Amino acid sequence: MKEQAAAPGTLGFCLALLRRQLTLAARRPIEIGNPLLFFMMVVALFPLGLGPSPEKLAGFAPGILWIIALLSNLLTSDTVFRSDFEDGSLEQLLLAPQPLFLSVLAYIAAHWLITGLLLALVSPVFALMINLPAVAIGTLVASLLLGTAVLSLVGGIGAALTVGLKRGGMLISLLILPFYMPVLIFGSAAVQNAVLGVPPGPYLAIIAAMLCLAVALAPLAIAAGLRISVDA
Amino acid sequence: MPAQVPAGTGGEALLAVHDLCLERGGRELFRDLCFEVLPGSLLQVEGANGAGKTSLLRILAGLSRYGFTGRVERRAPLLYIGHLPAVKALLTPRENLAWHVAGEAVHSNDEIERALAKVGLYGYEDVSSHALSAGQHRRVNLARLYLSHSPLWLLDEPFTAIDKGGVAELENLLVEQVQRGGAVVLTSHQQLRVACQVQALSLTEGLVA
Repeated sequence: MKEQAAAPGTLGFCLALLRRQLTLAARRPIEIGNPLLFFMMVVALFPLGLGPSPEKLAGFAPGILWIIALLSNLLTSDTVFRSDFEDGSLEQLLLAPQPLFLSVLAYIAAHWLITGLLLALVSPVFALMINLPAVAIGTLVASLLLGTAVLSLVGGIGAALTVGLKRGGMLISLLILPFYMPVLIFGSAAVQNAVLGVPPGPYLAIIAAMLCLAVALAPLAIAAGLRISVDA
Repeated sequence: MPAQVPAGTGGEALLAVHDLCLERGGRELFRDLCFEVLPGSLLQVEGANGAGKTSLLRILAGLSRYGFTGRVERRAPLLYIGHLPAVKALLTPRENLAWHVAGEAVHSNDEIERALAKVGLYGYEDVSSHALSAGQHRRVNLARLYLSHSPLWLLDEPFTAIDKGGVAELENLLVEQVQRGGAVVLTSHQQLRVACQVQALSLTEGLVA
């Protein structure tokens, strides 16, 4: 028998997976650009639908921005595991000696980096487009940073459960939208409060608590979902 | 119909199967299947299309966990190669192997280059896999066998889309794996031309010859 080479440690393996996912994303820039483009298009629609009065738009801005962020996250969550399922990589991931619930975190982290993080970073530009008061912009970015991470984790559960289905798009929305709602409520409330001059800290803290819960539980659910999807 | 594989070269079994029964679509594919895969053995699973070869291999690998009765004991790290190549078209062959999702081991650049050269992909290391054919994708996947240190290999139709020379190379590789104390379970419709004993598990008759 050849000398046994040790399997890479969990952390090293997760970092390699993260690098793989980010490289894959970077080679298809359209996938990174799509959510941003969607965000921009929908933001541009609201002044047309609600009328161009800046005061009116400013009142709706926190809700508008958060809803669009949520939808553009929903739009991409379907794809997290799909290509790996189709080319057989997912089977191999399931057989890897490293714990699956940790390796899926790498997939989710990559998804968050190319959707949530980017969206949060460019959101100030869109906020100005619909006249969100400048004092609330910091809160908007912070709430999106925390909130989209929760959305990516919860979306991952839906993606894992529906990856085996040919047309999982609608089902995944039905499955995970109810879990998106608390994030939406507290996220837009945080921004709303910042606009009114009330400290948004408590709302952000609640989103952070949701993130902690999601980080703890979602990977287990994603791992179980993937095993079921590959088995079927 | 209980079936026993005769002892190979000795040593503890890498894989043990007890009373495995599988039903698909109301049809019994196999029943009371019992066998052990010992170090140094090469087991070829035979059977007509739809006889349950792939299902059996997926159960052995641990990918199928429901829908069958019986027990599978896996006592050693295994490498599974299925119908799908698990090769990402957007990555180069080198990246595909270096960041492989099976997480078997960390491979150096040299090792990867040598493995790719062995499967006839010398010079293609850093070409986007988009530019490779289906057969070459399979070869990238088979390069994992040259890198693998896993004692147990489960190969589902490894010869599909591989040319004649490649088949001969692959057969030699299987013999090497067996000679260094590993074991191979494979499904194939081809007659193996190897210089070691091949055990056959025929699913149509449920017997091991």
